[in-house]
Amino acid sequence: MTGVSTGSTSGVPIPNRPLTSQARPGNPAVVAPGSTSGAAYCGHCGEPYDGGDGPPSSAHRECGARLAMEPPRYCAACRRRMKVQVTPLGWSAECSRHGVLVP
Amino acid sequence: MTIQADASEATSHATIPAIFPILETARQQVLEDGIGLTQEQLEEVLRLPDEALPAALQLAHEVRVRHCGEDVEVEGIISIKTGGCPEDCHFCSQSGLFDSPVRGVWLDIPELVKAAKETAATGATEFCIVAAVRGPDIKLMNQIKFAIDRINEAVDINIACSLGMLTQRQVDQLAEWGVHRYNHNLETARSYFPEVVTTHSYEERLETCNMVKAAGMELCCGALIGMGETLEQRAELAAQLAALEPHEVPLNFLNPRPGTPLENQGIMDGKDALRAIAAFRLAMPRTVLRYAGGRELTLGDLGTRNGLLGGINAVIVGNYLTTLGRPATADLNLLVELNMPIKELQKTL
Repeated sequence: MTGVSTGSTSGVPIPNRPLTSQARPGNPAVVAPGSTSGAAYCGHCGEPYDGGDGPPSSAHRECGARLAMEPPRYCAACRRRMKVQVTPLGWSAECSRHGVLVP
Repeated sequence: MTIQADASEATSHATIPAIFPILETARQQVLEDGIGLTQEQLEEVLRLPDEALPAALQLAHEVRVRHCGEDVEVEGIISIKTGGCPEDCHFCSQSGLFDSPVRGVWLDIPELVKAAKETAATGATEFCIVAAVRGPDIKLMNQIKFAIDRINEAVDINIACSLGMLTQRQVDQLAEWGVHRYNHNLETARSYFPEVVTTHSYEERLETCNMVKAAGMELCCGALIGMGETLEQRAELAAQLAALEPHEVPLNFLNPRPGTPLENQGIMDGKDALRAIAAFRLAMPRTVLRYAGGRELTLGDLGTRNGLLGGINAVIVGNYLTTLGRPATADLNLLVELNMPIKELQKTL
């Protein structure tokens, strides 16, 4: 899958690597690969993530599937809409507070 | 998300059923004589029963090989200016008039050049720079000129542009700067266009298309199907595109985007999408017919393969403007598996 990991247990969009050097370390958007902790919001729809460490709601399962085919639009930490740049072979998403995500 | 996996079943029949009159007609008219089907004939193709689909795709493939050759053209596309568009194309997440999660962003030129290099490394011969605008202003035109120069310095690839509606002066400038091909889609049939776009007219689109052709650039003029148009309107669109005689037709399938008026439109049926591929090829035997956005959702992996064996002779490799495509390697490996050579670069400008 290109783009983001959906997390091993939740289907919630979690960046599958820490933020790039442009990110601001120590903020809640920096999450470990596969982890669900620190993801307060769905990267696809921007609604609160309601799954905790348990199974996600059906709505967010669909969001997780969609994130296999499109980059996240909302910061998982603060719900801000991110500036997303898609290129033929990659993408990046920038939150004005939490920095840049890359796949 | 529903993947229309059953599209693959369309060509899985072991035997091709007997005779379908429209296909017999098309074999002579399109394959042998090189004359595209009429709108009425295309309606018949779009109404073919499922059991006729393998024969339709097989004929479309024969037509494309006979009239276009074995090569498949590979292209990468990139957005230099994303979002904030003043137009209201109901399918588009980049309209500033809808409550879409897509934010406005500009790509800087070094990133653009880097993407062009990466695209060329896949074997692509076309690199299309796209902007979400009604038409380019001076700032955008200057950026495009600068981008074209930097890309030409760095990588050997044909540069195409898609910058909305143009003035004659802008057409002339792009041609002078060496833009190889210009994309401006009709998107849908004339009769359905007002249901999809209200901020500009079908005639305005045609005007830009005709200026591009007159200036000597190759015209890339595409379709977006699955927006609620009828089969008759789908045939109408194919016939209208054929009349325009574009060099290339990118064929998109609606991927309903959140926040747009078409967000709740279902994903079109995979078999209908394959019928459309066959019909478009039978309408335009010599045109580059390119797989574009939405095929991953509508057709899935196996449907993608069936389309390549059913009239398609070009692909957009990798990602689209705001959504992700299949990994580039998946398409490139598929072309190898199908023994379809990638078209080589032939700089003409």
